[in-house]
Amino acid sequence: MARAPGRDQQGDISEFEVKGRPFGGAITLRESMAVRGCGQSVMEIALVTAEEAAMLFSKGYYVMYKSMEQILRQGKAAGCPFWEVVLLDDCKERNVTRGESFATLAGMYRAMKEADAAYDGGLFSASGLSGGDGQKLEKAVREGRMLCGGLIGTVMEKAVKMGESNACMKRIVAAPTAGACGVLPAVFLALEAERKFPEEKMVEALYVSVGIGGVIAGRAFIAGASGGCQAEIGSASAMAAGGAAYLMGGGGEEIVHAAAMAMKNLLGLACDPVAGLVEVPCVKRNVIGAVNALTSADMAMAGIKSKIPPDEVIDAMRSIGTAMPPCVRETGQGGLAATPTGVQIMQGLSEKM
Amino acid sequence: MNMLDIIGPVMVGPSSSHTAGAVKIGYISRKLMGEEIKKAKIYLYGSFLATGKGHGTDRALVAGLLGLHVDDIRIPQSFELAKERGMEFAVGAAELVDAHPNSVRLELTGESGRELEIVAASIGGGQVRICKIDGLTANFGGDYPTLIVHNQDQPGHLTEVTSMLAHKSINIATMQLYRDSRGGNAVMVLECDQEVPEESIRWLAHLEGINKVTYLSLK
Repeated sequence: MARAPGRDQQGDISEFEVKGRPFGGAITLRESMAVRGCGQSVMEIALVTAEEAAMLFSKGYYVMYKSMEQILRQGKAAGCPFWEVVLLDDCKERNVTRGESFATLAGMYRAMKEADAAYDGGLFSASGLSGGDGQKLEKAVREGRMLCGGLIGTVMEKAVKMGESNACMKRIVAAPTAGACGVLPAVFLALEAERKFPEEKMVEALYVSVGIGGVIAGRAFIAGASGGCQAEIGSASAMAAGGAAYLMGGGGEEIVHAAAMAMKNLLGLACDPVAGLVEVPCVKRNVIGAVNALTSADMAMAGIKSKIPPDEVIDAMRSIGTAMPPCVRETGQGGLAATPTGVQIMQGLSEKM
Repeated sequence: MNMLDIIGPVMVGPSSSHTAGAVKIGYISRKLMGEEIKKAKIYLYGSFLATGKGHGTDRALVAGLLGLHVDDIRIPQSFELAKERGMEFAVGAAELVDAHPNSVRLELTGESGRELEIVAASIGGGQVRICKIDGLTANFGGDYPTLIVHNQDQPGHLTEVTSMLAHKSINIATMQLYRDSRGGNAVMVLECDQEVPEESIRWLAHLEGINKVTYLSLK
């Protein structure tokens, strides 16, 4: 077992305690590598701080990134942009070539496009709660009746369409979850159409989103049952905001601050689906996630920074999510689900089904 | 967690746990059976039972049992597809103790008459866990080629299995051992990095003291 050639600048990773268990230097490194299970080189482990390494143990599975800061650091050290750090990590973790990784993610992007194109405004979900609203927005955009204008109008339309397609059992891409599947495609597809970016650039931006989502999944959670809607729509919005900032020419700083501001705006959002179904309010929450991503990217590109550092914002999401009572964590028992109308809908459905 | 857990899977909605996870449970069960399924009794539990209809959980499970993947657009029509293919199925409520809220018990009969009982849970984001096979603890996620050996609880069976794997240059990723009582029924669950050849599985199944071998191939 080789000893670390370099020590972390911010913390000595050879001496920290995990769950009250002290480790010596070499053992710590070996165990870090075992937990990551991906042949992470010693040099890169040295880029992880003590807190980050401790978190990596507690998760019990491969954590993509411990922090936004780590991605920025690795990018600086290797002299490559944010998206490429994420790509290189994927090559290592899934044991694929650059070309294979890129083709896989490009495939995901195309699947999003196909799902958007496959929207059927005449379809309704099994419960009858979802369907047809995307078509209404499309018409309003086409007729120039939108207060928000063309681009935001299109983003809203695509977000609702994807959410409805999901509720109607059509094929979608979970990003990061099925409930939040409308946020990323709404932002990306609308920006691609508006600004005529090449597909390659769009896939690079999707890597940016993956990196942000990876940090959130590692530091907090991306499931409504774990941390409420902030963990689903909030995460999707942060991922989309970072991607949008990249598309608009942003570097690492703009990317992480766009993500941080997007997440901050949605902190505390409860997961309170009526009758426990991924429909009300999930479909329309995709709209706020997508629009919030655009405004956050714009703020970041204007030079505005999140006063609370991005990684700390994610930690705040985690602590809020952990503190949320179970009734607003995807159980369908609190919030909107517990309103008189929500309860009435649920009772009506249980008789019908 | 990797890139494809953040963006992906490509799936038929509406829920990664109640729809995609349910398809995956059905699909893994079909693989574990190793042959076409003729009869399936599906018992839903917890949130699967309460919200399953609205999430298409029943249709998703049947789709998986028919061998459909999570992104197959025929999932909503799986009941009709089952009829076409001659697979009988019934959906009911399960009474499970200490089970995950998104759980299902499957009683399956294959075309050769082989029977298999599975308890599985959808644990979020499309990830699943096979909890029990034929009443004995199993506990695996279906992400690796997985060998499940039911044997008499006596010395030597573990060596037989691991020696065979070593001989075939198959690396073991994880391994678990359970038994119902000393000298009674035991089970070993081995997740492997490589596929286990068919002839090795047949060889194992014929050994004295080995009651049943079930194998999940990812091919």
